[in-house]
Amino acid sequence: MTSQTPSLPSLRSLATDAGRRATGGRPIQIEVTGLNFYYGQKQALADITIAMRANVVTAFIGPSGCGKSTFLRALNRMNDIIPGTRVEGQVRIAGQDIYAPGTDVVALRRRVGMVFQKSNPFPKSIFENVAYGLRVNALTGSRAEMAARVEESLIAAALWDEVKDRLHESALALSGGQQQRLCIARALAIRPEILLMDEPASALDPIATQRIEELIYQLKERYTIVIVTHNMQQAARVSDDTAFFWLGTLVEFGPTDRLFTAPREKLTEDYVTGRFG
Amino acid sequence: MRAARTSVWAAFSDRLLQGLGLLVLALALAALGALLVDVLVDGAGRLSWQFLTSYPSRRPELSGILPALVGTIFVVGLTAVIAVPLGVGAAVYLEEYGTQSRLARLVEINIANLAGVPSIIYGLLGLGLFVRMMAMGRSVLAGAATLALLVLPVVILSTREALRAVPKSLREGSYALGATRWQTIWRQVLPSALPGILTGLILALSRAIGETAPLITIGALTYVPFLPADIWSPFTALPIQIFNWVSRPQAGFTEAAAAGILVLLALLLATNATAILIRDRLQKRRNA
Repeated sequence: MTSQTPSLPSLRSLATDAGRRATGGRPIQIEVTGLNFYYGQKQALADITIAMRANVVTAFIGPSGCGKSTFLRALNRMNDIIPGTRVEGQVRIAGQDIYAPGTDVVALRRRVGMVFQKSNPFPKSIFENVAYGLRVNALTGSRAEMAARVEESLIAAALWDEVKDRLHESALALSGGQQQRLCIARALAIRPEILLMDEPASALDPIATQRIEELIYQLKERYTIVIVTHNMQQAARVSDDTAFFWLGTLVEFGPTDRLFTAPREKLTEDYVTGRFG
Repeated sequence: MRAARTSVWAAFSDRLLQGLGLLVLALALAALGALLVDVLVDGAGRLSWQFLTSYPSRRPELSGILPALVGTIFVVGLTAVIAVPLGVGAAVYLEEYGTQSRLARLVEINIANLAGVPSIIYGLLGLGLFVRMMAMGRSVLAGAATLALLVLPVVILSTREALRAVPKSLREGSYALGATRWQTIWRQVLPSALPGILTGLILALSRAIGETAPLITIGALTYVPFLPADIWSPFTALPIQIFNWVSRPQAGFTEAAAAGILVLLALLLATNATAILIRDRLQKRRNA
Protein backbone atom coordinates (compact mmCIF):
# COMPACT_ATOMS: atom_id res chain seq x y z
CA MET A 1 0.00 0.00 0.00
CA THR A 2 2.69 2.44 0.95
CA SER A 3 6.22 2.79 -0.22
CA GLN A 4 8.34 1.03 2.30
CA THR A 5 11.56 2.63 3.33
CA PRO A 6 14.20 0.17 4.47
CA SER A 7 14.52 1.77 7.88
CA LEU A 8 14.12 -1.35 9.99
CA PRO A 9 15.28 -4.24 7.85
CA SER A 10 15.63 -6.73 10.67
CA LEU A 11 12.01 -6.27 11.70
CA ARG A 12 10.77 -6.33 8.14
CA SER A 13 12.29 -9.73 7.49
CA LEU A 14 10.91 -10.90 10.78
CA ALA A 15 7.43 -9.77 9.82
CA THR A 16 7.44 -11.35 6.42
CA ASP A 17 8.62 -14.61 7.87
CA ALA A 18 5.02 -15.72 8.12
CA GLY A 19 5.55 -18.82 10.20
CA ARG A 20 7.53 -18.89 13.37
CA ARG A 21 9.95 -16.75 15.17
CA ALA A 22 13.21 -18.02 16.47
CA THR A 23 12.49 -17.30 20.14
CA GLY A 24 10.08 -19.69 21.79
CA GLY A 25 8.69 -21.04 18.54
CA ARG A 26 5.31 -19.45 19.06
CA PRO A 27 3.34 -18.57 15.93
CA ILE A 28 2.92 -14.97 14.88
CA GLN A 29 -0.59 -13.75 15.65
CA ILE A 30 -0.49 -10.05 14.81
CA GLU A 31 1.52 -8.99 11.84
CA VAL A 32 1.69 -5.32 10.92
CA THR A 33 3.32 -4.13 7.72
CA GLY A 34 4.06 -0.53 6.77
CA LEU A 35 1.35 1.02 8.89
CA ASN A 36 0.83 4.77 8.59
CA PHE A 37 -1.81 6.54 10.61
CA TYR A 38 -3.15 10.07 10.30
CA TYR A 39 -5.38 12.28 12.44
CA GLY A 40 -6.55 14.60 9.66
CA GLN A 41 -3.35 16.03 8.19
CA LYS A 42 -1.20 15.08 11.14
CA GLN A 43 0.70 11.82 10.82
CA ALA A 44 0.71 9.95 14.13
CA LEU A 45 2.36 6.68 13.06
CA ALA A 46 4.94 6.21 10.34
CA ASP A 47 5.75 2.94 8.64
CA ILE A 48 5.26 0.59 11.57
CA THR A 49 6.22 -2.99 10.87
CA ILE A 50 6.08 -5.51 13.67
CA ALA A 51 5.08 -9.11 14.31
CA MET A 52 3.64 -10.13 17.65
CA ARG A 53 3.61 -13.70 18.91
CA ALA A 54 0.63 -15.64 20.15
CA ASN A 55 0.24 -16.26 23.89
CA VAL A 56 2.91 -13.86 24.96
CA VAL A 57 2.68 -10.40 26.48
CA THR A 58 3.96 -7.68 24.19
CA ALA A 59 4.52 -4.29 25.81
CA PHE A 60 4.55 -0.95 24.01
CA ILE A 61 6.67 1.64 25.76
CA GLY A 62 7.64 5.19 24.90
CA PRO A 63 7.11 8.78 26.00
CA SER A 64 3.66 10.42 25.96
CA GLY A 65 2.43 11.20 22.47
CA CYS A 66 4.75 8.70 20.80
CA GLY A 67 1.83 6.90 19.17
CA LYS A 68 1.79 3.73 21.27
CA SER A 69 -1.88 4.09 22.24
CA THR A 70 -2.84 5.04 18.71
CA PHE A 71 -1.09 1.94 17.45
CA LEU A 72 -2.82 -0.25 20.02
CA ARG A 73 -6.19 1.16 18.96
CA ALA A 74 -5.34 0.47 15.34
CA LEU A 75 -5.24 -3.25 16.16
CA ASN A 76 -8.99 -3.49 16.79
CA ARG A 77 -9.96 -0.49 14.66
CA MET A 78 -11.08 1.56 17.64
CA ASN A 79 -9.73 4.62 15.82
CA ASP A 80 -12.55 4.18 13.30
CA ILE A 81 -14.93 5.97 15.64
CA ILE A 82 -12.75 9.09 15.70
CA PRO A 83 -13.73 11.26 12.75
CA GLY A 84 -11.04 12.28 10.29
CA THR A 85 -8.61 9.40 10.86
CA ARG A 86 -6.93 7.49 8.05
CA VAL A 87 -4.91 4.27 7.94
CA GLU A 88 -2.47 2.94 5.35
CA GLY A 89 -0.70 -0.38 5.41
CA GLN A 90 -1.66 -3.83 6.59
CA VAL A 91 -2.61 -5.32 9.93
CA ARG A 92 -2.97 -9.08 9.72
CA ILE A 93 -4.52 -10.93 12.60
CA ALA A 94 -4.27 -14.69 12.21
CA GLY A 95 -3.42 -14.03 8.57
CA GLN A 96 -6.44 -11.84 7.84
CA ASP A 97 -6.03 -8.17 6.90
CA ILE A 98 -8.36 -6.32 9.24
CA TYR A 99 -8.34 -3.18 7.09
CA ALA A 100 -9.35 -5.05 3.94
CA PRO A 101 -12.58 -3.72 2.43
CA GLY A 102 -15.61 -5.60 3.68
CA THR A 103 -14.06 -6.51 7.02
CA ASP A 104 -16.68 -7.01 9.71
CA VAL A 105 -15.43 -4.56 12.36
CA VAL A 106 -17.90 -5.82 14.96
CA ALA A 107 -16.64 -9.39 14.52
CA LEU A 108 -13.06 -8.12 14.69
CA ARG A 109 -13.64 -6.41 18.02
CA ARG A 110 -15.18 -9.60 19.33
CA ARG A 111 -11.88 -11.36 18.56
CA VAL A 112 -9.69 -8.49 19.76
CA GLY A 113 -10.85 -7.27 23.16
CA MET A 114 -9.77 -4.05 24.80
CA VAL A 115 -9.27 -2.64 28.28
CA PHE A 116 -8.91 1.10 28.62
CA GLN A 117 -6.69 3.37 30.65
CA LYS A 118 -9.52 4.70 32.74
CA SER A 119 -11.84 1.95 33.88
CA ASN A 120 -15.17 2.53 32.18
CA PRO A 121 -17.80 0.23 33.66
CA PHE A 122 -21.28 0.78 32.33
CA PRO A 123 -23.70 2.37 34.81
CA LYS A 124 -25.34 -1.02 35.32
CA SER A 125 -24.98 -3.88 37.75
CA ILE A 126 -21.80 -5.93 37.98
CA PHE A 127 -23.56 -8.85 36.34
CA GLU A 128 -24.92 -6.75 33.50
CA ASN A 129 -21.49 -5.29 32.80
CA VAL A 130 -20.03 -8.73 32.19
CA ALA A 131 -23.15 -9.94 30.39
CA TYR A 132 -23.19 -6.95 28.02
CA GLY A 133 -20.84 -8.42 25.42
CA LEU A 134 -22.70 -11.73 25.59
CA ARG A 135 -26.01 -9.99 25.06
CA VAL A 136 -25.03 -7.72 22.18
CA ASN A 137 -23.37 -10.61 20.37
CA ALA A 138 -26.08 -13.11 21.34
CA LEU A 139 -23.40 -15.53 22.47
CA THR A 140 -25.35 -17.46 25.07
CA GLY A 141 -28.57 -19.37 24.64
CA SER A 142 -30.01 -19.62 28.13
CA ARG A 143 -29.95 -17.64 31.34
CA ALA A 144 -28.05 -20.41 33.07
CA GLU A 145 -25.44 -20.42 30.35
CA MET A 146 -25.05 -16.67 30.65
CA ALA A 147 -24.75 -16.82 34.42
CA ALA A 148 -22.08 -19.51 34.08
CA ARG A 149 -20.18 -17.44 31.57
CA VAL A 150 -20.34 -14.35 33.78
CA GLU A 151 -19.04 -16.34 36.75
CA GLU A 152 -16.26 -17.89 34.68
CA SER A 153 -15.19 -14.46 33.44
CA LEU A 154 -15.20 -12.92 36.91
CA ILE A 155 -13.14 -15.84 38.20
CA ALA A 156 -10.68 -15.42 35.33
CA ALA A 157 -10.35 -11.74 36.17
CA ALA A 158 -9.73 -12.57 39.86
CA LEU A 159 -12.78 -10.61 40.94
CA TRP A 160 -15.35 -13.34 41.69
CA ASP A 161 -14.66 -13.75 45.40
CA GLU A 162 -15.03 -10.04 46.00
CA VAL A 163 -18.31 -9.57 44.15
CA LYS A 164 -20.13 -12.91 44.15
CA ASP A 165 -22.56 -11.75 46.85
CA ARG A 166 -23.42 -8.49 45.17
CA LEU A 167 -23.58 -9.26 41.48
CA HIS A 168 -26.70 -7.18 41.06
CA GLU A 169 -25.36 -4.06 42.72
CA SER A 170 -24.07 -1.16 40.68
CA ALA A 171 -20.62 -1.56 39.18
CA LEU A 172 -19.93 2.09 40.00
CA ALA A 173 -19.78 1.21 43.70
CA LEU A 174 -16.62 -0.86 43.17
CA SER A 175 -13.14 0.49 43.90
CA GLY A 176 -10.90 1.66 41.06
CA GLY A 177 -8.92 -1.56 40.95
CA GLN A 178 -12.06 -3.68 41.10
CA GLN A 179 -13.62 -1.63 38.32
CA GLN A 180 -10.60 -2.25 36.12
CA ARG A 181 -10.72 -5.99 36.81
CA LEU A 182 -14.44 -5.86 36.01
CA CYS A 183 -13.55 -4.30 32.66
CA ILE A 184 -11.11 -7.14 32.09
CA ALA A 185 -13.78 -9.69 33.02
CA ARG A 186 -16.16 -7.97 30.64
CA ALA A 187 -13.62 -8.24 27.84
CA LEU A 188 -12.88 -11.90 28.64
CA ALA A 189 -16.56 -12.87 28.66
CA ILE A 190 -16.78 -12.80 24.88
CA ARG A 191 -13.69 -15.04 24.67
CA PRO A 192 -11.41 -12.94 22.50
CA GLU A 193 -8.17 -14.26 21.05
CA ILE A 194 -6.27 -11.09 21.76
CA LEU A 195 -6.54 -8.66 24.65
CA LEU A 196 -5.36 -5.10 24.16
CA MET A 197 -4.67 -3.12 27.33
CA ASP A 198 -4.11 0.61 27.21
CA GLU A 199 -2.21 1.56 30.39
CA PRO A 200 -4.62 -0.56 32.44
CA ALA A 201 -3.00 0.23 35.77
CA SER A 202 -1.98 3.85 35.36
CA ALA A 203 -4.83 5.15 37.52
CA LEU A 204 -4.44 2.51 40.24
CA ASP A 205 -2.56 2.31 43.52
CA PRO A 206 0.43 -0.06 43.83
CA ILE A 207 -1.55 -2.93 45.36
CA ALA A 208 -4.27 -2.79 42.73
CA THR A 209 -1.56 -2.50 40.07
CA GLN A 210 0.12 -5.62 41.38
CA ARG A 211 -3.12 -7.56 41.16
CA ILE A 212 -3.59 -6.49 37.56
CA GLU A 213 -0.04 -7.52 36.72
CA GLU A 214 -0.50 -10.94 38.31
CA LEU A 215 -3.68 -11.26 36.32
CA ILE A 216 -1.91 -10.43 33.06
CA TYR A 217 0.64 -13.12 33.86
CA GLN A 218 -2.12 -15.70 34.28
CA LEU A 219 -4.07 -14.58 31.25
CA LYS A 220 -1.30 -15.06 28.73
CA GLU A 221 -1.82 -18.80 29.01
CA ARG A 222 -4.98 -18.36 27.01
CA TYR A 223 -4.71 -14.98 25.34
CA THR A 224 -2.31 -12.94 23.30
CA ILE A 225 -1.84 -9.74 25.27
CA VAL A 226 -0.64 -6.38 24.07
CA ILE A 227 -0.17 -3.79 26.77
CA VAL A 228 0.67 -0.11 26.53
CA THR A 229 2.50 1.27 29.52
CA HIS A 230 4.66 4.24 30.30
CA ASN A 231 5.92 2.49 33.37
CA MET A 232 9.11 0.73 32.32
CA GLN A 233 9.33 -1.43 35.44
CA GLN A 234 5.86 -2.68 34.60
CA ALA A 235 6.90 -3.51 31.03
CA ALA A 236 9.93 -5.34 32.38
CA ARG A 237 7.82 -7.27 34.92
CA VAL A 238 4.91 -8.39 32.79
CA SER A 239 6.04 -8.62 29.18
CA ASP A 240 7.94 -11.13 27.08
CA ASP A 241 8.51 -8.79 24.14
CA THR A 242 8.80 -5.03 24.19
CA ALA A 243 8.43 -2.44 21.45
CA PHE A 244 9.82 1.04 21.96
CA PHE A 245 8.01 3.86 20.14
CA TRP A 246 9.31 7.36 19.62
CA LEU A 247 7.62 10.18 17.70
CA GLY A 248 5.30 7.85 15.83
CA THR A 249 7.97 5.39 14.78
CA LEU A 250 8.91 1.97 16.07
CA VAL A 251 12.52 2.32 17.18
CA GLU A 252 13.23 -1.14 18.49
CA PHE A 253 11.41 -4.37 19.10
CA GLY A 254 12.69 -7.51 20.75
CA PRO A 255 12.58 -9.80 23.78
CA THR A 256 12.01 -7.68 26.86
CA ASP A 257 15.12 -8.73 28.79
CA ARG A 258 17.32 -8.16 25.78
CA LEU A 259 15.75 -4.76 25.04
CA PHE A 260 16.24 -3.58 28.61
CA THR A 261 19.72 -5.01 29.16
CA ALA A 262 21.30 -4.70 25.72
CA PRO A 263 19.37 -2.24 23.58
CA ARG A 264 20.62 -1.99 20.02
CA GLU A 265 19.53 1.58 19.42
CA LYS A 266 21.00 4.57 21.23
CA LEU A 267 17.51 6.09 21.59
CA THR A 268 16.19 2.97 23.30
CA GLU A 269 19.10 2.91 25.67
CA ASP A 270 18.58 6.56 26.59
CA TYR A 271 14.92 5.93 27.24
CA VAL A 272 15.16 2.72 29.27
CA THR A 273 17.95 4.16 31.37
CA GLY A 274 15.76 7.16 32.11
CA ARG A 275 17.79 9.78 30.30
CA PHE A 276 14.62 11.21 28.76
CA GLY A 277 10.89 10.60 28.70
CA MET B 1 -1.16 54.45 51.82
CA ARG B 2 -2.13 54.12 48.21
CA ALA B 3 -2.46 50.36 48.54
CA ALA B 4 -4.84 50.78 51.44
CA ARG B 5 -7.05 53.16 49.48
CA THR B 6 -7.17 50.73 46.56
CA SER B 7 -8.29 47.90 48.80
CA VAL B 8 -10.97 50.05 50.39
CA TRP B 9 -12.22 50.93 46.93
CA ALA B 10 -12.06 47.28 45.87
CA ALA B 11 -14.09 46.22 48.88
CA PHE B 12 -16.59 48.99 48.27
CA SER B 13 -17.05 48.19 44.57
CA ASP B 14 -17.40 44.54 45.44
CA ARG B 15 -20.22 45.37 47.82
CA LEU B 16 -21.75 47.76 45.34
CA LEU B 17 -21.92 45.08 42.66
CA GLN B 18 -23.34 42.58 45.11
CA GLY B 19 -25.99 45.10 46.14
CA LEU B 20 -26.85 45.92 42.55
CA GLY B 21 -27.19 42.25 41.70
CA LEU B 22 -29.49 41.72 44.63
CA LEU B 23 -31.57 44.74 43.60
CA VAL B 24 -32.00 43.47 40.05
CA LEU B 25 -33.00 40.05 41.32
CA ALA B 26 -35.45 41.60 43.77
CA LEU B 27 -37.00 43.71 41.01
CA ALA B 28 -37.52 40.71 38.78
CA LEU B 29 -38.99 38.68 41.61
CA ALA B 30 -41.17 41.60 42.70
CA ALA B 31 -42.64 41.94 39.22
CA LEU B 32 -43.37 38.22 39.16
CA GLY B 33 -44.76 38.35 42.70
CA ALA B 34 -46.98 41.33 41.88
CA LEU B 35 -48.42 39.51 38.89
CA LEU B 36 -49.06 36.41 40.95
CA VAL B 37 -50.67 38.38 43.79
CA ASP B 38 -52.84 40.27 41.33
CA VAL B 39 -54.00 37.05 39.72
CA LEU B 40 -54.55 35.43 43.10
CA VAL B 41 -56.62 38.37 44.38
CA ASP B 42 -58.78 38.34 41.27
CA GLY B 43 -59.03 34.63 40.70
CA ALA B 44 -58.70 32.76 43.98
CA GLY B 45 -62.35 33.42 44.84
CA ARG B 46 -63.47 31.78 41.60
CA LEU B 47 -61.37 28.65 42.01
CA SER B 48 -63.59 25.77 42.99
CA TRP B 49 -64.46 22.27 41.99
CA GLN B 50 -67.40 23.72 40.15
CA PHE B 51 -65.05 25.97 38.12
CA LEU B 52 -62.88 23.01 37.16
CA THR B 53 -65.80 20.79 36.14
CA SER B 54 -68.08 23.26 34.33
CA TYR B 55 -68.41 24.26 30.73
CA PRO B 56 -68.15 27.89 29.64
CA SER B 57 -71.35 29.91 29.93
CA ARG B 58 -72.86 33.26 29.04
CA ARG B 59 -73.09 33.96 32.75
CA PRO B 60 -69.63 34.45 34.27
CA GLU B 61 -70.47 32.96 37.68
CA LEU B 62 -71.53 29.68 36.07
CA SER B 63 -68.75 29.32 33.53
CA GLY B 64 -65.95 26.83 34.02
CA ILE B 65 -62.70 25.67 32.52
CA LEU B 66 -63.28 21.95 31.92
CA PRO B 67 -63.16 21.79 28.09
CA ALA B 68 -60.09 24.02 27.95
CA LEU B 69 -58.28 22.01 30.63
CA VAL B 70 -59.07 18.69 28.95
CA GLY B 71 -58.26 20.22 25.56
CA THR B 72 -54.84 21.40 26.71
CA ILE B 73 -53.96 18.07 28.30
CA PHE B 74 -55.13 16.23 25.17
CA VAL B 75 -53.33 18.51 22.70
CA VAL B 76 -50.07 18.74 24.65
CA GLY B 77 -50.08 14.99 25.30
CA LEU B 78 -50.47 14.34 21.59
CA THR B 79 -47.80 16.96 20.87
CA ALA B 80 -45.40 14.96 23.01
CA VAL B 81 -46.37 11.74 21.22
CA ILE B 82 -45.54 13.37 17.87
CA ALA B 83 -42.55 15.50 18.82
CA VAL B 84 -40.60 13.07 21.04
CA PRO B 85 -39.91 10.27 18.56
CA LEU B 86 -39.33 12.73 15.70
CA GLY B 87 -37.13 15.05 17.71
CA VAL B 88 -35.09 12.38 19.48
CA GLY B 89 -34.75 10.42 16.24
CA ALA B 90 -33.53 13.48 14.34
CA ALA B 91 -31.09 14.34 17.11
CA VAL B 92 -29.70 10.79 17.21
CA TYR B 93 -29.20 10.87 13.46
CA LEU B 94 -27.50 14.26 13.46
CA GLU B 95 -25.32 13.53 16.46
CA GLU B 96 -24.43 9.88 15.95
CA TYR B 97 -24.57 9.31 12.22
CA GLY B 98 -24.51 12.44 10.13
CA THR B 99 -22.23 14.98 11.79
CA GLN B 100 -19.65 14.89 9.04
CA SER B 101 -21.73 15.68 5.98
CA ARG B 102 -22.33 19.16 4.62
CA LEU B 103 -26.07 18.47 4.52
CA ALA B 104 -26.05 17.69 8.24
CA ARG B 105 -24.34 20.97 8.96
CA LEU B 106 -26.89 22.85 6.87
CA VAL B 107 -29.73 21.10 8.68
CA GLU B 108 -28.06 21.93 11.99
CA ILE B 109 -27.92 25.67 11.27
CA ASN B 110 -31.52 25.66 10.09
CA ILE B 111 -32.75 23.90 13.20
CA ALA B 112 -31.06 26.51 15.37
CA ASN B 113 -32.80 29.19 13.33
CA LEU B 114 -36.16 27.45 13.49
CA ALA B 115 -35.99 27.52 17.28
CA GLY B 116 -36.18 31.30 17.05
CA VAL B 117 -39.06 31.61 14.59
CA PRO B 118 -42.15 33.36 16.08
CA SER B 119 -44.88 30.91 16.97
CA ILE B 120 -47.49 32.60 14.80
CA ILE B 121 -45.50 31.55 11.74
CA TYR B 122 -45.89 27.93 12.86
CA GLY B 123 -49.60 28.67 13.25
CA LEU B 124 -49.80 29.82 9.63
CA LEU B 125 -47.87 26.76 8.50
CA GLY B 126 -50.21 24.53 10.50
CA LEU B 127 -53.24 26.25 9.01
CA GLY B 128 -51.96 25.77 5.47
CA LEU B 129 -50.45 22.32 5.86
CA PHE B 130 -52.47 20.40 8.43
CA VAL B 131 -55.87 22.14 8.53
CA ARG B 132 -56.29 22.77 4.79
CA MET B 133 -53.95 20.61 2.70
CA MET B 134 -54.08 17.50 4.85
CA ALA B 135 -57.70 18.25 5.67
CA MET B 136 -57.39 17.64 9.38
CA GLY B 137 -59.75 20.52 10.08
CA ARG B 138 -59.61 22.43 13.36
CA SER B 139 -58.96 19.21 15.20
CA VAL B 140 -56.92 18.18 18.22
CA LEU B 141 -54.58 16.44 15.77
CA ALA B 142 -54.01 19.61 13.73
CA GLY B 143 -53.31 21.56 16.93
CA ALA B 144 -50.93 18.92 18.25
CA ALA B 145 -49.12 18.63 14.92
CA THR B 146 -48.66 22.41 14.80
CA LEU B 147 -47.36 22.57 18.36
CA ALA B 148 -45.11 19.59 17.63
CA LEU B 149 -43.52 21.52 14.77
CA LEU B 150 -43.07 24.45 17.11
CA VAL B 151 -41.27 22.50 19.82
CA LEU B 152 -39.35 20.16 17.52
CA PRO B 153 -36.26 22.40 17.20
CA VAL B 154 -36.03 22.77 20.97
CA VAL B 155 -36.37 19.00 21.42
CA ILE B 156 -33.69 18.31 18.80
CA LEU B 157 -31.23 20.86 20.15
CA SER B 158 -31.55 19.79 23.77
CA THR B 159 -31.40 16.09 22.86
CA ARG B 160 -28.20 16.64 20.88
CA GLU B 161 -26.76 18.48 23.84
CA ALA B 162 -27.62 15.54 26.09
CA LEU B 163 -26.14 13.01 23.65
CA ARG B 164 -22.95 15.04 23.39
CA ALA B 165 -22.58 14.97 27.17
CA VAL B 166 -22.39 11.14 27.24
CA PRO B 167 -18.76 10.28 28.03
CA LYS B 168 -16.72 8.91 25.15
CA SER B 169 -15.44 6.10 27.36
CA LEU B 170 -18.94 4.62 27.53
CA ARG B 171 -19.21 4.40 23.75
CA GLU B 172 -15.70 2.99 23.44
CA GLY B 173 -16.41 0.39 26.11
CA SER B 174 -19.45 -0.74 24.19
CA TYR B 175 -17.77 -0.81 20.77
CA ALA B 176 -14.80 -2.70 22.19
CA LEU B 177 -17.14 -5.51 23.25
CA GLY B 178 -18.34 -6.02 19.72
CA ALA B 179 -21.50 -3.93 19.93
CA THR B 180 -22.80 -2.36 16.75
CA ARG B 181 -23.40 1.35 16.49
CA TRP B 182 -27.13 0.94 17.00
CA GLN B 183 -26.65 -1.36 20.01
CA THR B 184 -24.29 1.20 21.50
CA ILE B 185 -26.78 4.02 20.97
CA TRP B 186 -29.78 2.06 22.19
CA ARG B 187 -28.23 0.30 25.19
CA GLN B 188 -25.66 2.84 26.39
CA VAL B 189 -25.93 6.30 24.89
CA LEU B 190 -29.67 6.89 25.05
CA PRO B 191 -30.14 5.59 28.63
CA SER B 192 -27.24 7.77 29.75
CA ALA B 193 -28.63 10.80 27.97
CA LEU B 194 -32.21 10.23 29.13
CA PRO B 195 -32.20 12.65 32.09
CA GLY B 196 -30.84 15.39 29.85
CA ILE B 197 -33.31 14.57 27.10
CA LEU B 198 -36.17 14.71 29.62
CA THR B 199 -35.03 18.14 30.79
CA GLY B 200 -35.28 19.40 27.22
CA LEU B 201 -38.72 17.85 26.84
CA ILE B 202 -39.94 19.55 30.01
CA LEU B 203 -38.90 22.92 28.63
CA ALA B 204 -40.38 22.22 25.22
CA LEU B 205 -43.74 20.99 26.51
CA SER B 206 -43.96 23.83 29.02
CA ARG B 207 -43.71 26.15 26.07
CA ALA B 208 -46.40 24.20 24.21
CA ILE B 209 -48.79 24.43 27.17
CA GLY B 210 -48.62 28.22 27.15
CA GLU B 211 -48.83 28.76 23.40
CA THR B 212 -51.88 30.67 22.16
CA ALA B 213 -51.05 32.27 18.84
CA PRO B 214 -50.56 29.16 16.69
CA LEU B 215 -53.71 27.55 18.07
CA ILE B 216 -55.79 30.64 17.36
CA THR B 217 -54.28 30.78 13.87
CA ILE B 218 -55.27 27.23 13.04
CA GLY B 219 -58.76 28.04 14.26
CA ALA B 220 -59.08 26.42 17.66
CA LEU B 221 -62.53 27.28 19.00
CA THR B 222 -63.07 29.82 21.76
CA TYR B 223 -66.42 28.54 22.94
CA VAL B 224 -66.60 24.77 23.36
CA PRO B 225 -69.48 23.29 25.31
CA PHE B 226 -68.23 19.71 24.94
CA LEU B 227 -65.10 17.62 25.53
CA PRO B 228 -62.90 16.48 22.64
CA ALA B 229 -63.88 12.88 21.96
CA ASP B 230 -60.97 11.85 19.74
CA ILE B 231 -58.09 13.36 17.79
CA TRP B 232 -60.51 14.61 15.11
CA SER B 233 -62.64 16.67 17.52
CA PRO B 234 -62.55 20.45 17.59
CA PHE B 235 -61.04 21.71 20.83
CA THR B 236 -60.04 24.68 22.87
CA ALA B 237 -57.08 25.17 25.16
CA LEU B 238 -56.43 27.02 28.42
CA PRO B 239 -54.64 30.07 26.97
CA ILE B 240 -57.38 30.51 24.39
CA GLN B 241 -60.12 30.31 26.99
CA ILE B 242 -58.27 32.81 29.16
CA PHE B 243 -57.77 35.13 26.20
CA ASN B 244 -61.47 34.89 25.41
CA TRP B 245 -62.54 35.72 28.96
CA VAL B 246 -60.12 38.62 29.31
CA SER B 247 -61.60 40.26 26.24
CA ARG B 248 -65.16 40.26 27.70
CA PRO B 249 -66.38 43.46 29.35
CA GLN B 250 -68.06 41.91 32.43
CA ALA B 251 -66.05 41.93 35.66
CA GLY B 252 -67.07 38.34 36.34
CA PHE B 253 -65.18 37.13 33.28
CA THR B 254 -62.02 38.93 34.39
CA GLU B 255 -62.22 36.89 37.58
CA ALA B 256 -62.76 33.72 35.58
CA ALA B 257 -59.73 34.60 33.45
CA ALA B 258 -57.60 35.06 36.57
CA ALA B 259 -58.81 31.71 37.89
CA GLY B 260 -57.99 30.17 34.51
CA ILE B 261 -54.46 31.56 34.74
CA LEU B 262 -54.08 29.90 38.13
CA VAL B 263 -55.21 26.59 36.66
CA LEU B 264 -52.75 26.98 33.80
CA LEU B 265 -49.91 27.73 36.22
CA ALA B 266 -50.84 24.75 38.36
CA LEU B 267 -50.86 22.48 35.32
CA LEU B 268 -47.48 23.79 34.25
CA LEU B 269 -46.00 23.22 37.69
CA ALA B 270 -47.52 19.75 37.91
CA THR B 271 -46.09 18.77 34.52
CA ASN B 272 -42.64 20.04 35.40
CA ALA B 273 -42.70 18.45 38.83
CA THR B 274 -43.66 15.07 37.38
CA ALA B 275 -40.95 15.24 34.74
CA ILE B 276 -38.30 16.30 37.24
CA LEU B 277 -39.37 13.50 39.56
CA ILE B 278 -39.06 10.93 36.78
CA ARG B 279 -35.70 12.35 35.78
CA ASP B 280 -34.29 12.22 39.30
CA ARG B 281 -35.48 8.66 39.78
CA LEU B 282 -33.81 7.61 36.55
CA GLN B 283 -30.60 9.32 37.57
CA LYS B 284 -30.63 7.73 40.99
CA ARG B 285 -31.26 4.28 39.58
CA ARG B 286 -28.32 4.59 37.23
CA ASN B 287 -25.93 5.89 39.86
CA ALA B 288 -27.09 3.76 42.78
